[in-house]
Amino acid sequence: MSEHAHWRGARRIGDIAVQAALVAVVGGMAYAAVVNAAQNLAHANIATGFGFWNNTAGFDISQTLIPYSSSTSSFGRAFWVGLLNTLLVSGAGIVLATVLGFTIGIARLSSNWLVAHLAGGYVELIRNVPLLLQLLFWYNAVLKSLPELRSSLALPGGALLNNRGLFIPRAEFAAGFEFVVAATLAGIVAGVVLWLWAKRRRQRTGARSRMRWWIVALVVGLPLLAFVLAGFPLALNVPHVGRFNVTGGVEILPEFAALLLALSAYTAAFIAEVLRAGLLAVPRGQVEAAQALGLRGATILRRIVVPQAMRVIVPPLTSQYLNLIKNSSLAVAIGYPDLVQVFAGSVLNITGQAVEVIAITMAVYLVISLFTSLLMNFYAHATAFAER
Amino acid sequence: MKRGATTFAIALTLVFGSQAAWSQSQTLKAVKDRGELQCGANGQLAGFGMPDPQGNWTGFDVDYCRAIAAAIFNDPTKVKFVPLTAANRFTALQSGEVDILARNTTWTMSRDTTLGIDFAAVTYYDGQGFMVRKALKVSSALELNDASVCVQQGTTTELNLADYFRANHMSLKSVTFATADEAVKAYDAGRCDAYTTDSSGLYGERVLLSDPTANLVLPEIISKEPLSLAVRQGDDTWEDIARWTHQALLDAEELGVSKANIGDQLNSANPEIRRLLGVEGQFGESLGLTSDWAVRIIKAAGNYGEVFERNVGQGSPLKIARGLNALWTKGGLQYGLPVR
Repeated sequence: MSEHAHWRGARRIGDIAVQAALVAVVGGMAYAAVVNAAQNLAHANIATGFGFWNNTAGFDISQTLIPYSSSTSSFGRAFWVGLLNTLLVSGAGIVLATVLGFTIGIARLSSNWLVAHLAGGYVELIRNVPLLLQLLFWYNAVLKSLPELRSSLALPGGALLNNRGLFIPRAEFAAGFEFVVAATLAGIVAGVVLWLWAKRRRQRTGARSRMRWWIVALVVGLPLLAFVLAGFPLALNVPHVGRFNVTGGVEILPEFAALLLALSAYTAAFIAEVLRAGLLAVPRGQVEAAQALGLRGATILRRIVVPQAMRVIVPPLTSQYLNLIKNSSLAVAIGYPDLVQVFAGSVLNITGQAVEVIAITMAVYLVISLFTSLLMNFYAHATAFAER
Repeated sequence: MKRGATTFAIALTLVFGSQAAWSQSQTLKAVKDRGELQCGANGQLAGFGMPDPQGNWTGFDVDYCRAIAAAIFNDPTKVKFVPLTAANRFTALQSGEVDILARNTTWTMSRDTTLGIDFAAVTYYDGQGFMVRKALKVSSALELNDASVCVQQGTTTELNLADYFRANHMSLKSVTFATADEAVKAYDAGRCDAYTTDSSGLYGERVLLSDPTANLVLPEIISKEPLSLAVRQGDDTWEDIARWTHQALLDAEELGVSKANIGDQLNSANPEIRRLLGVEGQFGESLGLTSDWAVRIIKAAGNYGEVFERNVGQGSPLKIARGLNALWTKGGLQYGLPVR
């Protein structure tokens, strides 16, 4: 018996030794690669290091979510501007793609022949055309169809639409706006409390009360009342056409719109198929049992099928989200100032330090992707089957 | 980004490449062994470096590469042109993908000192300008406050644009694109009010617009853009070859030697011509070339004036005047160094 244990211990030490040796070899190769690169760069008199981070950028960026100036901002600041732009288009793209994808996925399973085949046609067409071509299509279609500056389309609410972008009035908050914010919060809290109370009462006594309208009145009416009482503390910076451009208002670039539409439409086709696979994976018996209980189509979908399907859907859905985030780097093709365009494009070319810049860009995409899959895994864990 | 994969593969070879790859005194030997010169060119700039519809490369910078190839091989067709974008041109040169960069590249201090490259000669003295649509009724760049300007990213153009607008207290909306082609297309589509690049590039791009006569090049030149040939640091002889090719073209124009009369000039009694054409002296051999190195260059491309007029001057659709690029004897900046 002791001989058996002794043999097992020796094998364990052997395993650990092999793994340690492997780590040492891989680590050694990585170290040698970095040292070799540094030596070669020094030999060729190419500047190295990360000192460029604090140097003045000197170039302009067309969309900045944080303050940025070409004369005083550093390359590091340009990096953050590009990163925020990437996150913006990725986040909006994920939301839009999910909504569109789920709709098309469910439509494809519809019993209506026309709806099902239209959805199917959409999926087949969009999935099989390269994303870059679709992006160029959207950009040229968006640009060419919009009117010139002089003939801007005036939209309701004071917005302007032309081929420079969509300009919507910017809200400028005056002195009394804190009351409106406070009233909104109070209204939401009161509404939630009321809703929970009504739900508990219904579960305990079965009495259904018409609480819905009271809740709406609280959430919407309270802030509105505060707004009126505070004297309308809201000014609108309305855009108007200047000599060369539109001044005032908030600008939404056509590049942003084109990238968002292309990414969403493309990823939605894949998400639709993922959803359809998930829905079909739910056993037929569940639907039949629900029908036997007297539930109808939409309720069955919402209460029985989709919650069970989500467990199958989440892993491939995570992949599609990661694809969308990485595909946003195609912004370079149309001039949207995302991370790759600003950092691995302008900054790389001005500083000439290709190795450092590309390494940083790759690391950033890796971090974003890992973070997204982490969030999705939390969700998957929370909705996992409770195994017995 | 279309060449992003290639660029990163090249960066990887930097990492795993051996020390020997970086001893650059071998460039001429490598070119001779390979049998052709690898020339980094633009590919999209009319008048400077662009393939014609039949696929033959023509242009001002193209002629320089053909001249160097003629000096080495006595055959101006032994050149492989590699189209490069502003984003990957320096990486291509640093890594050895091209032997020389003839791609309307401005000679600046930071490029000279931090990129591991050297500039051999200023072939074209240029400056940055603006192009606007005539319909906007703008007659000066100082009226462009709040205008959108299309520009190519990663160029000195982008930086000069921001500097100029800031210095003149004007606000700028710049729209940047990866290639000049996309920038011009967006300008043509009305996405921006003005397009900015080197003045020579403006004339070249205007020819390709949907309605060239509806566009106006504004008179302001807002920067110095000495367009130069670039080579890797560490190979002085190769740099000399590039430099003296340019000087040979200038000297030929100064001395009145042209493609047409090169045959007669070989019998000239003028000692400067005799030294230039290799009748006297060992100047070609000192570069590692043959004694008739300059004869080959002039037979392939002509003299500097012929190269200029054929590609960007009166013999081309661009019709750019000599201006700063005239010879020093005619009030310009081009000054041929003596071959002796």
